[in-house]
Amino acid sequence: MEPHFQHLHEMLSKVDGFIYPNEIDLNWSVLIVLYPYITGLVAGAFILASLERVFKVRVLRPTYTIALLTAMSFLLVATMPLVSHLAQPQRFYEIMITPHFTSAMAIFGFVYMWYLMVVLLLEIWFDYRRDLVLWSQETPGFKGWIYKVLTLGVKDISPKSLKWDEKLGYAVTVIGIPSAFLLHGYVGFIFGSVKANPWWSTVLMPVIFIFSAMVSGIALVMLVFMAVNYIRKKKINMLCLDTIAKYLLVALILDFALEGLDQVHRIYESEESFQILDLLVKGKLTYTLFLFQWGLGMLVPIIILGYLQIFRSGEKIRKILYAATGILVLVGIFFMRWNVVIGGQLFSKSFAGFTAFKLNLIGSEGLLMAAVWLIVPLLILAFLLWLLPPWKKHPEPAD
Amino acid sequence: MGKHEIKNRRRFLKDAALIAGGLFVSGGTGPFGQILFATERKGTKGPWYGMGIDLEKCIGCGNCASACKAENGVSREPYYFRTWVEQYTILNDGTVKISSPNGGIDGFVQDFPESDIFKSFFVPKMCNHCENSPCVQVCPVGATFDSPEGVVLVDEHYCIGCRYCVQACPYGCRYIDPDRKVADKCTLCYHRIMNGMLPACVEVCPKGAKIFGDLNDPGSELVKFKREHSWQVLKPHMNTDSKVYYNGLRAEVR
Repeated sequence: MEPHFQHLHEMLSKVDGFIYPNEIDLNWSVLIVLYPYITGLVAGAFILASLERVFKVRVLRPTYTIALLTAMSFLLVATMPLVSHLAQPQRFYEIMITPHFTSAMAIFGFVYMWYLMVVLLLEIWFDYRRDLVLWSQETPGFKGWIYKVLTLGVKDISPKSLKWDEKLGYAVTVIGIPSAFLLHGYVGFIFGSVKANPWWSTVLMPVIFIFSAMVSGIALVMLVFMAVNYIRKKKINMLCLDTIAKYLLVALILDFALEGLDQVHRIYESEESFQILDLLVKGKLTYTLFLFQWGLGMLVPIIILGYLQIFRSGEKIRKILYAATGILVLVGIFFMRWNVVIGGQLFSKSFAGFTAFKLNLIGSEGLLMAAVWLIVPLLILAFLLWLLPPWKKHPEPAD
Repeated sequence: MGKHEIKNRRRFLKDAALIAGGLFVSGGTGPFGQILFATERKGTKGPWYGMGIDLEKCIGCGNCASACKAENGVSREPYYFRTWVEQYTILNDGTVKISSPNGGIDGFVQDFPESDIFKSFFVPKMCNHCENSPCVQVCPVGATFDSPEGVVLVDEHYCIGCRYCVQACPYGCRYIDPDRKVADKCTLCYHRIMNGMLPACVEVCPKGAKIFGDLNDPGSELVKFKREHSWQVLKPHMNTDSKVYYNGLRAEVR
């Protein structure tokens, strides 16, 4: 028997109650869990960067460039799990050349390209332009040649042109904030607009996606910032770290409030689908929702960060707690995506039963493949930090 | 200011009021227009196909599901169905049991003693060929489309296999074909009906429980069926304007 059919045969024995016969084949696997997870990290990291640039939170300056490079590394990978998940991956470009505009999915390609080309690449380029010119003059060999290519032939670093860089970079960031909201709010809409699925179909979905994106992106940049300082054996800027943690706490509270509102609303309205969703939440999603998403991923971080706001612990303890919180939050948001994507497919649209999901270790939809898509962006980030080290940027000339 | 100018101004004000009022009124009646003409369908000129299913006649033989697989080359594996039959058993205590082993192709076995059963019946399911179909709406490349005859079809050379349509269908009628790796579903046997034949499931039904027909033809069997029975559609709150009409549909059916 073909492995896929063997898998379905096994799943058939795990069906609980009644499902429509076609529902045994669970359509969106762990790769589609990664898709909102990764785009969320991108949007969140960018929003943290824009806090510094647009909202003038100067104390976050040391994380600005790191946040942009982190966003870039993950954005480059964001479409990979999507495309590899298609049953006809070689036709993926059709979505760009013949988009069907009534589809919520159709403009993802455009939103993505806009965000990549217009927002992130431009902003990073403007931020690095002066350094690229200087590095291309200072660095010998192949690396110097790469810098020269990256300047795109623009070598003017007169104070006047630098001022323009600053202005244009600022403008791009201002455009970037709604774009980041658009990128991830839109991903939320792809799920939130499926009326056939009551677990997904909520008007709050895009908003929850945006806030959970901010939570995960801020946590990621915080961890990257700590790791970079640790590897470089530099003393970390605690004021900056404390400020990131404060923003993380605010984002967590907002996200928790929104998710809570969504659940309270469902429980209070208690619509037709309530019973099956109640069984879903208390059964198949018990651990991933109550323990990982809300418990370890939200409540524990809120308690830790809240505690640190009131009682100032020593630097070392703070750093350990921040690192632990960052990891918990990243795991928690992963499970938030999991509970949306996988959870939404575990119950039958007949509302009369459940199917099961089994994550295989190997295969194109397996755990290892998913891990690859999470490790690759970190490798890209390491490369970008090597090529464009923010700590080697030339100090800005005094006005 | 001359008399002429005053007259002109008055006329201007009058005209402006008329135009504004006209716009206001026509804007206001807009939504009512839709209600008034709700019976006017997209494909008013040619045939507009749909299906009637008489649950009072269905005996759950599963011939329809089996014939559909044979006619359309659907995988014989028990996980893919363009049409299938569900058995509903309502017990005396009000519990509803639903089953559809192998889509009903191998027939049904009643698990409950007759003394416990309040009512038992069969419900054939298939694509509802919705006039306002969510699957057509969400297809990112337009591979799923409405034919001019109101049949929802998939272009297998164009589908990218994103599975969004499978998620969007409220009735569970879609799947990814394991061989061709594209979205697949009931075509109302488009290749047959366009050549004057009946869909395979209608053809083989021994009880005439499935009634295929043209909704635009007042003399068609389907229009007659709709006139004579108090039909219902599945999940009407989904507002998909389903074109599969059931007679004898009980509230227990999902």
